[in-house]
Amino acid sequence: MKDETESALSNVNSNGAHPDGRVKALPQNLAVKCPNCREVLVGKDWEKNFHICSKCGYHFRLSAPERIELLLDEGTFEEFAADLTSGDPLSFVSRSQPYRTKLETERANTGLTEAVVVGRGQIEGMPLVIVVMDFRFIGGSMGTIVGEKITRAIETAADERLPLLICSASGGARMQEGLLSLMQMAKTSAALGHLADVGCPYISLLTDPTTGGVSASFAFLGDVILAEPGALIGFAGPRVIEQAIHQKLPKDTNTADFVRAHGMIDDIVHRRDLRAVLGQLLRIYGQCMEVVTVESSAANE
Amino acid sequence: MAYDLDFERPLAVLERQISEQEKKVEGAQRRPDRHKPGELDAMAAELANLREKLIQETRSTYAKLSPWERVQVARHKQRPYTRDYIKLMCEEFFELRGDRHYGDDRAIQGGVACLNGRAVVILGHQKGRDTRERMECNFGMAHPEGYRKAMRLMRHAERFHMPVITLIDIAGAAIDLEAEERGISVAIAENLIGMAQLRTPILCVVTGEGGSGGALGISVGDRILMLEHSIYTVASPEAAASILWRDSAFAPNAAETMKITAQDLLERGLIEEIVPEPLGGAHRDLAEMAAILKDTITHNLNELCALPVNELLQARYQRYRAIGESSHALAPAASVS
Repeated sequence: MKDETESALSNVNSNGAHPDGRVKALPQNLAVKCPNCREVLVGKDWEKNFHICSKCGYHFRLSAPERIELLLDEGTFEEFAADLTSGDPLSFVSRSQPYRTKLETERANTGLTEAVVVGRGQIEGMPLVIVVMDFRFIGGSMGTIVGEKITRAIETAADERLPLLICSASGGARMQEGLLSLMQMAKTSAALGHLADVGCPYISLLTDPTTGGVSASFAFLGDVILAEPGALIGFAGPRVIEQAIHQKLPKDTNTADFVRAHGMIDDIVHRRDLRAVLGQLLRIYGQCMEVVTVESSAANE
Repeated sequence: MAYDLDFERPLAVLERQISEQEKKVEGAQRRPDRHKPGELDAMAAELANLREKLIQETRSTYAKLSPWERVQVARHKQRPYTRDYIKLMCEEFFELRGDRHYGDDRAIQGGVACLNGRAVVILGHQKGRDTRERMECNFGMAHPEGYRKAMRLMRHAERFHMPVITLIDIAGAAIDLEAEERGISVAIAENLIGMAQLRTPILCVVTGEGGSGGALGISVGDRILMLEHSIYTVASPEAAASILWRDSAFAPNAAETMKITAQDLLERGLIEEIVPEPLGGAHRDLAEMAAILKDTITHNLNELCALPVNELLQARYQRYRAIGESSHALAPAASVS
C-alpha cells in the first residue's frame, strides 16, 4: 500500500491542491511567486492577505508559528510539552544518514523541536487547547513524539474541560519510527474517545495536506471538521492512486471540494474567515459545555 | 507442498532428490528379484537419511530468516487465510454480511462462531486463494464498507458479551477512487476510536501481512499476537522504500531497517506473544497451524474474559497510551539545537 508521506511529498499531481506549497520568494519576502498560477505577488500584500494569492486564491501552506499567529488572540499562546524530542527507537539509518542527524537538521531548519506545536490559547477571548502541525518538519509526519504531544494536548483539554482545535498538515505516519508511528494513530484516537466521554468539543481543521495515517486517525474524528480551500485531503495521494489503478483521476480527487462533496467534512472555510468561524463554534459549544460541567459536578456530589 | 521461495532453493533440491529416491525405492520394491540382497535396505536408508536432512535443513533455514525472507513467507500464496482458520478452528460459524450502508466487502469477512464452546465474533482479512476469489476479495485490500462491517460486527459482539477475535492479513487498505469517495480514512479512524472503547475483549492476531492503516483498522485490542513468520509495518516494504528512497526496489532494505518481524516487535513490547508456526511456515500444515492458534486464542480469551470490563478498558487504554512515551527519555531536551 502506498499512502503516508509519499503522497504528500509527490511533486506532481493532477488536482487543484498544489503540491509545492513552499514559498518561492525573494529575500525578506519582497516578492513571492504563487506556485499555483505563477503570479508574482508583492510580499507585504501577500502577508497582509493571510498568505493567500490575490489572483487565484491559492492558500499557501503556513508554518505552525504563522498558523498560531493567524488564529489566536495576540499574546495568549502558552506552549506546553515543548521539550519533548524524538529519540531514535529503531536506530534508523537511511542512505547512511542516521535519523538522529536528520532530526537535528530539521530542527535547525525550522526552529521547531518536532512537527507539531501544542499549547493553550484564546480565540475571541475564549480559552482552548490548540494543536498545530507543521509540514516543513519531515512532511509533518507523525512519529512517537508528534503522537505523544497530541495525546497530551487531548488529555489537557479533557482535564481542564477545554475545547480542542487540531490543525492538521501531514503526509501521514513517519517511516523512520516504524510501527511505533502507526500505533500513534491508535493512541491519539483512544485519547479522543476519552475527550468525547467528558463532553469536550473537538474541532478538526484540515489544511494542505492531510493524508495517510493522520487522515485515518485524529484528523477525521473531529466533532466538527473544517478544511481550507484547495487542501489535499485523503488517504492516498492522487499520484499514488493513479499508479495503483493505472488510470487518470478526475481533476478534483482528494481536494477539500472532493471530501465536502462526499460528505466527509462540514465545511470549507476561507482563511480570512477562520478566526470568526472558530469563534462562533466556540461560543455555541461553550454553552453546552457549561451544562456538561454543571451536570458532571452535580453527579460527583 | 513444493519449496518454492527463492531462499528455499537448496531445500527444493533436496526435495527433488527425495522424490527421485522414492521412485527408486518404489521401483526396487516392485522388482526385488533384480536387486542384490541388502541393496533395497540401503536405498531405503538413504531415503530416510535424505528426509531427515531436509527436516534439519528446513529447521536451520527457518531459524535464521532475514526480514525480507519472512515477508516472502508471510505472503506465501498457500498461507492459511481467515476462512481457513475459521473452518479449522470453529465448531460453528455463521457469516454476517454487509455494512448496512453500502455493501458487503469480501476483503473482510466474519461472523458469529463457537470456538472451544465459547460464542465469539471472529473476523479478518481474506486475500483469496484462486484468481476468482482474489478478484472478489480485491486481494484482501479492504474498502471503507469492510471496516464499517467490521465495526458493526464488533458492536454486535459487545451487545451479546462475546469476545472479538480479529485476524490480520493485508498488504494495505484499498487504494482507488471508490475507497476515497466512500471515506477510507474516516472508516479506519472510526474503528480506532470504536475499538479503543469497545466493552468486550478484543484479541488481534496478525496471521500474515500487517500492512499499515489497513491492518490497524481492525487491530486495536487488548492483546496483539503475531504468527512466527508474520510482519506488521507502518507501510509495506515497497511503499516505505519508495517514500524513503524513491524506489520500491529497495524493499528488502526497508524490511530490514523498519523492524517489522514478530521477533523485533515483541522485543520492543509492541505485541504480547508470538504464535509458533509448523516447521517451514504455516502453509506447510494448515491443520497443525490452526490447532496451535486455537490453543493460543483459547488461553488468551480465558484470561481476558475473566477481567471486569472497566479494568479491561483501562488496561487497553494504557496499552496504547504507553507506546512511544519512553522514547523521548533517550534524547534530553538539552540536545535540541
